[in-house]
Parts: sequence; structure tokens; C-alpha cells
Amino acid sequence: MRVVVDLSRCEGYAQCAFLAPDAFRMHGEEALMYDPAPDDDQRDRVLRAAAACPVQAILVDRLEGREAPVEASRS
Amino acid sequence: MTSADNLQAFKREGRIVIVGASLAGLRAAETLREEGFTGSLTMIGDELGEPYDRPPLSKQVLTGWVAADGTTLPRRRDVDAEWLLGVPASGLDLATNHVRLADGRDIPFDRVLISTGVRARPWFVESEAALDGVFVLRTREHAEGLQRALAAGPSRVLVIGAGFTGSEIASICRERGIEVTVAELAPAPLVGALGAMIGDVAADMQRAHGVDLRCGVKVTRLEGDAQGRFCRAHFDDGSTVDADVAVVALGGIRNTEWLRGSGLAAGVWGIACDTGCRALDLNGLVTDDVFAAGDVARCPNPVYEYRLISLEHWANAVEQAEVAAHNMVNGQADRWPHLTLPVFWSIQFGVNIKSVGVPTFADEVIVSQGSVSDHRFVAVYGYRGRVTAAVSFDNAKWLDHYRKLIETAAPFPPPCPTPDQPADTKPVPVDFPGPQLLAQGATVVVTGHDPGERRVTAAQQHHR
Ligand SMILES: Cc1cc2nc3c(=O)[nH]c(=O)nc-3n(C[C@H](O)[C@H](O)[C@H](O)COP(=O)(O)OP(=O)(O)OC[C@H]3O[C@@H](n4cnc5c(N)ncnc54)[C@H](O)[C@@H]3O)c2cc1C
Ligand code: SF4
Repeated sequence: MRVVVDLSRCEGYAQCAFLAPDAFRMHGEEALMYDPAPDDDQRDRVLRAAAACPVQAILVDRLEGREAPVEASRS
Repeated sequence: MTSADNLQAFKREGRIVIVGASLAGLRAAETLREEGFTGSLTMIGDELGEPYDRPPLSKQVLTGWVAADGTTLPRRRDVDAEWLLGVPASGLDLATNHVRLADGRDIPFDRVLISTGVRARPWFVESEAALDGVFVLRTREHAEGLQRALAAGPSRVLVIGAGFTGSEIASICRERGIEVTVAELAPAPLVGALGAMIGDVAADMQRAHGVDLRCGVKVTRLEGDAQGRFCRAHFDDGSTVDADVAVVALGGIRNTEWLRGSGLAAGVWGIACDTGCRALDLNGLVTDDVFAAGDVARCPNPVYEYRLISLEHWANAVEQAEVAAHNMVNGQADRWPHLTLPVFWSIQFGVNIKSVGVPTFADEVIVSQGSVSDHRFVAVYGYRGRVTAAVSFDNAKWLDHYRKLIETAAPFPPPCPTPDQPADTKPVPVDFPGPQLLAQGATVVVTGHDPGERRVTAAQQHHR
């Protein structure tokens, strides 16, 4: 799965790091480092983290279920 | 689009081309579909593969945690576009509304969005830049190569340029236990963006983490060994540094060369546009069908006396993309202006550095809360007695407070909002080295005498 965090919005509340520690880690006091491509078996945890983020900074791929289309082509 | 009927027809079956298929291009495409555009959408990009995110490239990717090809951007929705990837656009013809591709193809459009961003400024001597072990960092391929070089355990890394990217790279080297020398022409790191006061803090931070920081020096030559591997750098003070890896972090060059001759107000400073992200032509007149967003755009901001400002900020690229896309498919009365204040973050040496506003638009700066020696504080910037920017070190929660002060032109210096009032609260001159970015890029000259014939022509641009 794919994840991006809008770190200009993130205020380092660390809820995500509690809920999905494999995908979100605090670096120092309030800087967030995250895995933009967590394993699919973490999906539930990552979605819970995204929902819990108080500033809604976490975006998870909306094209779930099926893989994002491989539209990129050299025509 | 002169009438509502035309607009509806355009939304239904018009042709939109987006040049530059990265963060701004992708978010614009999604917004166009979100707003009900059902016509044809073409994404032109010179990089292969799906759009990916760049900020992790100097952070999670360089530590080795995340693979360089693992930062593909999540999608907000399907964009149903035709993707023409791997070929750069080489020209824009506004007489016939075509984008010319480098392979000779012409792609017609009714409206076009330009989001070609920035590329890394290369080392100025080509043969030295080509040495094994010399890197820049802008793309996923760059990050992949640099990550591998760091993983190989170099004896020392030389980072040339202590801006945000260079400082982040130095930070990662220390985290990985790699010796690193940082060379910076200015008196301190981050000075160009944040001024001397923060520069001193950044210099402290680097040295405290064991960086061999050398300021006020210029790297003059990169030396290679017999195998063509970088091995030594020479400085203008006669000193040298032996290292296996050199990272050239000297900022970016806006990708506007392909617009030469297009008649747009595009140059080394970016593409000038209005707050609605509509591009200006050479005469400064707003065009109807050409839009620009992201790192390549240069927009006015009323908060900063309507000066044209170019930003290399992630959030700015996303917001401008949304505004540009909205305005591409809406009539004059429904247009949105892009008025949000710039926001930026950087993670280095375990500290979360964030800013709001334009720190270079200031004459004074003051530490308004927290403690500088703990690297946990907020510095506020003022211009002629009003608040214009704020920078936080591990104090992100407070930035929104300062955003409101900037938006309401609150008097500078502002009162401390917390009980942790710093001991020494006197404003000091902001002290940026040399003329600031905001005024840069005057490479046009006005010609002609009659108002009817007065026109602007592009002056010769010098690319280093
Ligand atoms: C290493 C690194 C770290 C960063 N860290 C931060 C950070 O911590 N915080 C922050 O706020 N911002 C950060 N940024 C900046 C942020 O990534 C940019 O602001 C953002 O990528 C801008 O997006 P864009 O789409 O405007 O431009 P770009 O991402 O530069 O995309 C432009 C695209 O257009 C393509 N292109 C160029 N010319 C042509 C042509 N003629 N034809 C076709 N395609 C073309 C390019 O190849 C590229 O794919 C960082 C950037 C880098 C490189
Ligand atoms: S929960 Fe949200 S605000 Fe908190 S650290 Fe995670 S992303 Fe940042």
C-alpha cells in the first residue's frame, strides 16, 4: 500500500506511531519518519492511524482493493 | 471560454495537457476529475514510472529504511489520463496550442498546466561532476545511487552546500556513523533561507553531532583518482579534504528552458503567474489557457506586497495544483486565488524544523518562546513592525498561532504565548547574506516607446 504524510500539517502528536509502529516512527521529539510503502498486512493498522491523526495529515491510496492502474505507458 | 455553454462543453469534451508528471501534476489531474472534467487528459513527463514523492529521498530513503522506488505517491482517485512518459516536452506553441515533444510529436490542447518543477543544480565542471562518487539529489535514481554509496561505508562524505537538502544529508551520514564534511560558502548552514540567527543554531547542531562544518569556504575542484573515482576536494583557502563521496547540494534550476520562445514570462526565476495560477505572458498580461503550479511557478502574495514568490515547498505544490486545476475548469466568477502562506518542514539531527510565512521577507528576528540552547524554540520574523514569518525547532504545535499573526499583520515583536518566555527577548537584525531571492531574476528588459508598441523581450539568460 502507499502512504504519504503531509508533514507541513503534522504536529507530531505521535498517535500514528502508537497505532502502527512499523509504519510510523518518531525521530527525536516530534519529527515523524514513515514508511511510504508499508506491507499490505499492515493495512488495518495504517488506516486506523490515518483516521486517528488529529490533523488528518495521513493520505492512504484510495485505489485500494485493486492495485493502482499501471497507466504509465510509453505510447 | 467566454460563455457558460463554452465552459460546459470544455468540461465535457475539452483537452487538457499537463506537462510535468510529479506531485503538482498528479494532484492537479485528480482535482480536474474531482471537479467533473470528463474531457481528455494527457500527462507528459520525462521521468519514467508513476509520480513519486521526493521529501523521503533525503530522509527515510537515505537511512536505508525505505527503498528508493518505494515512495510512489498514493492516489486520491483514478485520473483516467493518457500518460506520455520518458520524453520531455521541448516547446510550447501558443499560436496553435500544441506541446512539442522532444521526439517530434505535437500534442494539441485547449488548456495546459505547466508543472515541470526544478532539477538539481549540477557541479559546474562537467568532467568533475561525472566522477564516480559525485552525486546530486533530486530524483529517485539519484537517491538510489547515493544510498548505495552510503551503505558501502565510505571513509568520508563531502556535502557541498548547507541548505536544507545538504543539511539533511549530513544528518543522515552522522546517523549512519559516517564521517562527513560540509562545505558552505555562507557564514553558516541554512542562512540563505532563514538568516544568521537560525544559521548559528544550525551550525551548533551540526558540530554537536560531529559534522566537520566548514563555512565561508568554496570548493574549487573535485579530484579523481586514476580509475575516475572522486577522492579529494580542493578549497579556495588552499586546504583539501579526502573523501569517497561528494554530494553537490547547491539548490535547483527551474525547468523552464523548454518554454523559450513561447511568449510566456518564464525564465530562471520560474513562470510568473497570478494568484489563480494563470501564467503571465512576456508583457505581464494574464493568459487564459496556460496555468502553472508547483516549484516552477512564481506567484504574487498580497501578504508580501504582492511580490512574486517562487517556493520549493511540498505543500505549496499541492495547493497550487488544486487551485490551478479548479480554475482551469471554472469561469471567471468562480475562480479561486491561491493565498495560503508558505509552509515548510525539514528533519535534521533529530529536530523537526518548520516554517510558516516568508522568512526572507524580514528585517528583524526574535526568539519568542522556548530555548535556543535546547534547540526547542520559535523564532519570529518581522518586517517594518509586523510579523511576516515564524520558524520552529521542535515546536510545531505553535506554528498555527503564528500563521494567524502573519495573516492579521500583527505587530512585531509579538508577545510570548506561553509561560516559557525566553530570557533574552530582544529583536536582532535578520541578516541575510546578499540580495534576497525575492528580488532575484530580473532578466527581462523593457523596450519600445509608444504605449502601443511598448513590449517586453526576454534578455539573454545565463545558465551556470
Ligand atoms: C531530496 C528532496 C527533499 C525535499 N524535502 C522537502 C521537505 O522536507 N519539505 C518540503 O516542503 N519540500 C521538500 N522538497 C521539495 C518538494 O519535493 C517539491 O516542492 C515538490 O517535489 C514539487 O513538486 P512539483 O511537481 O512542482 O515539481 P517536481 O517534483 O520537480 O516535478 C517536476 C516534474 O516535471 C518533470 N519535467 C521537467 N521538465 C520537463 C519537461 N520539459 N517535459 C516533461 N517533464 C518535465 C520532472 O522530471 C519532474 O518529474 C524536497 C525535494 C527534494 C528533491
Ligand atoms: S498522528 Fe498525525 S500529527 Fe501525529 S505524528 Fe502522526 S501524522 Fe503527525
